[in-house]
Formats: sequence, structure tokens, C-alpha cells
Amino acid sequence: MVWLRPQAALGSNPPMSNDLAIHPSPTFLADVEARSGEHVSLCYQCRKCTSGCPAAFAMDVMPNQVMRMVQLGLEDELLRSRTIWICAGCQTCTTRCPNDIDIAHLMDTLRQMSRASGVPAGEANVVKFHKAFLDSVRRHGRLYELEMIGLYKLAAMDFFGDMKLALEMLKRGKLKFLPPGIKGKREVRRMFHKEKNGNEEKG
Amino acid sequence: MEVSYYPGCSLEGMAVEYDRSIRAVCHALGIVLADLPDWSCCGASSAHFLDEELSIRLPARNMEIAEREGRELLVPCSACFQRLKQADKELKKDAARWIDRPYEGKTAIWHINEFFDRPELIEAIKGKVRKPLDGLAGVAYYGCLSQRPPKVTDAPSPETPESMDRLLRAVGMEVRPWSYKTDCCGASLTITRTDIVHKLSGDLFEAALEAGAECMVTDCPMCQSNLDTRQAEIEAIRQRQYGLPVFYLTELMGLAFGNYQATGWWKRHFVDPVPLLRRKDLL
Repeated sequence: MVWLRPQAALGSNPPMSNDLAIHPSPTFLADVEARSGEHVSLCYQCRKCTSGCPAAFAMDVMPNQVMRMVQLGLEDELLRSRTIWICAGCQTCTTRCPNDIDIAHLMDTLRQMSRASGVPAGEANVVKFHKAFLDSVRRHGRLYELEMIGLYKLAAMDFFGDMKLALEMLKRGKLKFLPPGIKGKREVRRMFHKEKNGNEEKG
Repeated sequence: MEVSYYPGCSLEGMAVEYDRSIRAVCHALGIVLADLPDWSCCGASSAHFLDEELSIRLPARNMEIAEREGRELLVPCSACFQRLKQADKELKKDAARWIDRPYEGKTAIWHINEFFDRPELIEAIKGKVRKPLDGLAGVAYYGCLSQRPPKVTDAPSPETPESMDRLLRAVGMEVRPWSYKTDCCGASLTITRTDIVHKLSGDLFEAALEAGAECMVTDCPMCQSNLDTRQAEIEAIRQRQYGLPVFYLTELMGLAFGNYQATGWWKRHFVDPVPLLRRKDLL
């Protein structure tokens, strides 16, 4: 297999400079394995993950390449990739991996490392969506769908997409006007303050 | 039989007809649903995307309540089910890390199809059928999270589940075989990358038609909503007519039980199921 720098090769994100040399991180593999608890070193490139991945067609790095990039220490390339945000979390790869690597969980870890490192997310709207979801849960203890959609639309500056759909859902009584209320609201809010690593930092 | 019931956020909103039909079907079967007191959001797919700790803390609170209640727990949303199962497993490993009290881990957590799929309940379901769904051909679509990953869900057959097929046969439906039972419809990207959903869900519609289905049946609120609300767009893009109503498992059980409330459920669908049901003499 010819190794290409995925972003440079596919043009999804312009390279940071004209420097095409690869700068591997000597600690990335150990960091990822420690943080995720997954033995990425075990991957022997059978490509079952990529063969079964329903979203591979939209990815800039194939799932089996993600595994290799972790092994090789290609931290910057991987944390900037679209792939880690396009992964839909369907768990097919995890279910089929012959080495018992929880690849979908590894994707979670990579997403969180990407957020913590401050690099721009390869799919910014996916991050905005999940932040809007969690913001709404933090406020109410349960998801207030209407607010979540509003928060997302504001963050993504997308005011017209799916407007008709939202109206049709309102008409069918599928979006509640009033926010949910639970007694344990504060208890839930405290959970958000316990850990600051994932959802408080820059968008 | 009395069980704890965790509806989850979507069953109070976009999947309200799922909630109503579950309550109606359980009532008919003599199953008492006790809503989990003061339940909170499980974090669904968003928490584990952005914050590992939170993705366990949010469902752990609900498992703590469920344990206090001391009954089996019914979780109809596939995403909630998977997150609660994950939290249950983490709590069993190290409860002190997540909650302030000991955790025994004795609560059985059921997703809807595995819950109903026990011999005595299948018999009870057959006994309640007033209007068998004869001649209605459909495919059972399980989606991802009630099945995968099996180390979390404990699904007995995660690649080719059969439980919903058995339940639909018990109410007389003609369940068509197909190989897309657990292929992802893309729901978690439905708002952010709708183009990906158009491909994944479109492929499911094509496969369902090829299998001879006139409708699809699911037990996941994200799948139902995604396949129902995006179908017209996909028809326009692919220049194809699918016209596949997407039912919840419990809606069809309720219909077969002769439940008069069922008409209120159909009004909430985007792909109107009424013409199909009329054609089949089921309304």
C-alpha cells in the first residue's frame, strides 16, 4: 500500500504549509492506548473495519488507516481528519474486529483528543451539534429538542436548512414547546462540572 | 408483571407515538409500566463523542435509580438502551468511581424486542390478536445500538437478530427476509451530514423494496424518525418512489390487538401509512 498523507492527497483540508514531510509523534500511540484502554498495536490491517464501515465512502482516512496512523504516531494528521467526526458510532467495526479492539471507542478517544488539542475539527458542524445537545441536557436534565435545534442552528449559522422539516414536526406534535423539568436538574448539572475536558472549551 | 420504564428524551418528543403504542400494548398484555422516578437524559451519542466521563455519569444516575426501584428495566430507545447497559457494566466494575452508594447490578435491562421475545409473552401476544396483519409484507429493521457492540448489549445474534421477526410473525405479518437488518441508517448525522444519510437510508429503501416489503418496522426512535422524515427527499434525489411507511414494532402490535387509539399514531407519520393499511383491510 502506498502511504499518502490523507489530507494532502485528498485535498479535504489544505496542508498547513508546503512542508510535505511527515512529523510523527513518538508518544502518540502510548497516549492513545493509555487514554482509550484499547490495544491499537494489535491491529494487523485485516481491514474488516473498513469493509463493514457504512460511512467509509465519505471519510478521508479509512478506519484501518486510522489504526495504522495511531501506530505510526501521525497525531496531527489524524486529529485534523474528517473521519473521526464522520464516524456515525454504529459499532460495526467494534463488533467485527478479530483483535477485539473497540474501534468505535477509539474514535471517541480521538475526537476528545482532537478537541483537547485545539486543532480545528474536520467536521465543525458535528461538534456544534453534539455541544448543542449536551448544553440542552445540562440546562434541563433532559433533552429539550426545540432548544437543541435552536442552539445548533445558531452555532452553525444554518438558519434555513430543514426549516420545513421542523415545522412539519411541530405540526405533528413531535417537538414539545415547553422545556422538560426534573427534580434532579442540579444533580445532572454538577456532572458537567466534574469534568471540564470535553465540552467546555473553544468551538 | 410490573417493570420499570425508562422512556428517554425522544419518546417524549419526536417519538411520542412509540411511547403511546408501548403503553397501549403493555396495558393490553397486563404489563404495568412504572416510569423510572425523575429519570434524566442518558447522554445518548453526544456525551460519548465529547466527554468520556459524562457518558458514564449520565446513565449511571438512572441505573442507580433503577436499582433502588428493584424491578426489571424496559428501555425502548436503542441509544438509551446501549448507554444504560454500558453504565451498568462500568458500575459493576467500579461503582465508587461513579456513584456514592454500593451497586449490586441486579437490574435486568431490556430493549423492547428482547423484552417481548420470551415464550410466555409470545403466547400472550398471539392470544391478544384480534386483527391479524395478514398480507402485510414488511421487513424488520433493527439498526445499530440495540445490537452492537454485543459485549455491551449482550445481544444473542448481533449480525442477524430474529426477535422482532418472531414478534411480527406472532401478530400475523408477512416478514420478508433481507440482509440489511442491522445496517446503519446514519441517523446520528441526520442534521449535520444529511448527504451521508441520503446514501445510507436510500440504500435501505432499495433493499426493502427488493425484498418485497411494503413497509419497514423498527424499534429505534432515531431510525424511525430518520427513515420517515428523510424518505421524500431521498425519493426526489433518486427519482424513485418508495412509499414505505416506517412503523414502530409496538404500533403494529397495537393495530393487531385492535387498539382504537392507533389512529392517533398514524397522524404523526411523515409517510402516511393509512392508504396501505386501508388497502390491506386493516383500517
